[in-house]
Amino acid sequence: MRFPFKTAYDQDLGLFRDPVQRRWYGGLLAAVLLLPLAIPAYLSDMSMVFIYGLCGLSLMVLAGYTGLVSLGHAAFLGIGAYAHVYFTQDLGLPWIVGVALATVAAAASGVLVGLPALRMTGVYLTIATLAFALIIQEVFTRWERVTHGLKGRPVDKPVIFGVSFASDWAFYFLCLAMLIAGLWLTANLLRAPTGRAWVAIRDSEIAAQSMGVHLARYKTLAFAYSAALMGAAGALFAHKIGFMAPDIFTVLLSIQFLLMVVVGGLGSLHGALYGAVFVALLPVLISEARDHVPAWAGHAAAVLGKGVGDTVFLSLDRFVKQPGLEPGVFGLILVLFILFEPLGIYGRWRKIWLYFSTFPLYKTATFRRQKTYMRSERLR
Amino acid sequence: MTTLFAADALVVNFGGIRAVDGVSFEVEAGEVFTIIGPNGAGKTTIFNLISRIYDPTQGRLLFRGEDITRVPPHEIARRGIARTFQNIELFEHATVLQNLLLGRHAHAKRRFAQELLFLPAVRARERAHREAAEKVIDFLDLQAYRDSFVVNLPYGVRKVVEMGRALCTEPALLLLDEPSSGLSVEETADMAFWIQDIRALLGITVLMVEHDMSLVSAVSDRVLALNYGRVLACGTAREVQEHPEVIKAYLGG
Amino acid sequence: MLGSFVCYMFVVWYGVGYWAAFALAVAIVALFGAALDATLLRRVIGQPQFAVVMLTIGLGAMFRSFASMVWGSEIYTLPTPFSAKTTRLGAVSVSHEYVAIIVGTVLLCALLYAFFTYSRVGVAMQAASQNQLAAYYMGIPVKRMFSLIWAISAGVAAIAGVLLAPVSLIDINLGFIGLKSFAAAVLGGFGSIPGALVGGITIGLIELFSGVYLPQGFKDVAAYIVLLLVLAVRPQGMFGTVGRKKV
Repeated sequence: MRFPFKTAYDQDLGLFRDPVQRRWYGGLLAAVLLLPLAIPAYLSDMSMVFIYGLCGLSLMVLAGYTGLVSLGHAAFLGIGAYAHVYFTQDLGLPWIVGVALATVAAAASGVLVGLPALRMTGVYLTIATLAFALIIQEVFTRWERVTHGLKGRPVDKPVIFGVSFASDWAFYFLCLAMLIAGLWLTANLLRAPTGRAWVAIRDSEIAAQSMGVHLARYKTLAFAYSAALMGAAGALFAHKIGFMAPDIFTVLLSIQFLLMVVVGGLGSLHGALYGAVFVALLPVLISEARDHVPAWAGHAAAVLGKGVGDTVFLSLDRFVKQPGLEPGVFGLILVLFILFEPLGIYGRWRKIWLYFSTFPLYKTATFRRQKTYMRSERLR
Repeated sequence: MTTLFAADALVVNFGGIRAVDGVSFEVEAGEVFTIIGPNGAGKTTIFNLISRIYDPTQGRLLFRGEDITRVPPHEIARRGIARTFQNIELFEHATVLQNLLLGRHAHAKRRFAQELLFLPAVRARERAHREAAEKVIDFLDLQAYRDSFVVNLPYGVRKVVEMGRALCTEPALLLLDEPSSGLSVEETADMAFWIQDIRALLGITVLMVEHDMSLVSAVSDRVLALNYGRVLACGTAREVQEHPEVIKAYLGG
Repeated sequence: MLGSFVCYMFVVWYGVGYWAAFALAVAIVALFGAALDATLLRRVIGQPQFAVVMLTIGLGAMFRSFASMVWGSEIYTLPTPFSAKTTRLGAVSVSHEYVAIIVGTVLLCALLYAFFTYSRVGVAMQAASQNQLAAYYMGIPVKRMFSLIWAISAGVAAIAGVLLAPVSLIDINLGFIGLKSFAAAVLGGFGSIPGALVGGITIGLIELFSGVYLPQGFKDVAAYIVLLLVLAVRPQGMFGTVGRKKV
């Protein structure tokens, strides 16, 4: 067990707890920088992981730290994406300006959603954001001058200050840089009064008000900042997928983002990243499973007889080849995590770390939740 | 002795119920003023009025000579009024230190752009807030719990943390809502000492709601007795305890 | 959504009569709701509200996926005894399907209102939802109450689905109409049943007029825009009451 001995307040204010932790993160940074040399074939997938990481960060700030669950974040992603494409391709503005304006556009719409959000709590807020997402999806379809509607529009590769970032590894480093910037800015906010105010709003609004937290301002700020991060991610997302269409930014995508923060672990920045890796890998896992699991199950069942093996294989095969399996799998994973691992992957990692660091004094009841009884949250 | 706070003919209706019916009282600077009464007498309602969680149907609230009847709730802390809650309203998933630092929010200069980049100015302000919070931790002997999550702490400690959070606001008027409820005899004695220290060392005026009459007699300068939202008696602890109507309504015997 | 699919299945695939299929569908979905509560939802009840919200979001995605795999993702129509029949009321011809919906809704609202206000079980349910621990102390079998609540809720949703099916066609996204009904409830004001009815009628009229007078596309999202506007400007709606936590 390690007991860090603190001698100055600055040690608590810093981003890293102690030099050991700083060295670990330095190592992680080095590994990520050297990754293109190790797995050049998967660079574009890794870029997607980083973009998802930014998205997860955005929703983590809103849902994990401020406690406002939003089912409409894909809308902000779309606003950022379409705005960026419009400003750089139609208006010919420089790339940086395009990203900045996309961020601003998304933040503005975040404020728009924030206003009704001030009056609603809990599930009602989630429904309101869902309504917003559906409105925005319709706007994408109808505002043809900017979005080209259902025809879709292709997206050029990014060109920053005249340098083309079209290659996989250039784009990889671009996404990595944006992710690190987003992480740094968010971590700064979270250790400042703003971050504390957000956590206060999550845990007890009335107490927060009594301590001088202006609820409306901080909730709107949470929405705006979260949407701004999504807008920046949207610009990168547009370049990554190469072709914009309104039916990309659906409720299913929002649910994927929610899955990301829940699976990763609500209430921590690490959780956003773990969740991003998980959600980015999930489609790959599902398609692999689709191809191989029926065959394996068939072979396993063939122990009971060839007829049984064949039926199992055929029925499973028919089952997984159905369209519409993906949302079901997402839903299933979300349900399983909430039931059995509500602290997410990061939570499980903390438990494992605590077990080994306090070995053999680990108490199994450390994370057991106290039995709580439900009170109506309509009056919260 | 100047009047720090005055309530002037407060009336609060909840639907058909008159929770507070024409209550007036004044709190002098530097005194400990207690409100007693049976449950449902309107004591916590008055606190909620002062914290501006409720709006009075009629009446005025005056703090330091200014009318605060229509001030928004988050302004109250900045003006110098802090409160604790009857059912503890701490931030459960934050550490004790973060709870106390949040008490400093009323005095925090908020510059979003600076915070985003965590400029040295922000760092200096954070250090100052930390020092102020540490003073409160020393005052209340909370050093052992500094980095514990509130959700893991026992009830008695949580009550102290709640008071600490209110003290971090550097209030002129401190509202304590049933400070000794749920505390053991020892903890109640500690609470009595702290209230006296708050008044003597920190110069803060205390307005509290309390049921424990021994605590009331020990620390209060003046007592107000309420029943069904109306004032029964106001005076020193001894006077109110011997008042016939108070005995009939609340104390028994 | 599940209610309408099950009813369709009974009527079209198995040839059962409409009313029998209706009753069967409602019963099956109600039982399903109760089973869901008993197995899954009971475990998350004490947790903060968003855990339950996200659990139901996940379950919703699973159900849609399940429906699309069992019944396919085409759109179906449900034949009913009142399809294609109309009556003339003055200068307007009213389709019987719509009349059935109106009559069914009014009956259901009256029934539910009476149940929750006057029957012992209904009052017990309200108690259990407001303060679970106190309900336990009063001797209310809280877990059974919750299962019953879920059964009723699922059953009512199934009835809505079956009533809606002839009008809006059976499809896995049928459940999203619930969002528009939320807009109606918010407009009318929470805590007020006549408010919800008035809100619903108002939303319907707004949708109709925006389809006629506003550019294309507004009709679909009119309800959602109204929802956000009402929340921003007057969150208690027309007749609603605002609740507050007592500290």
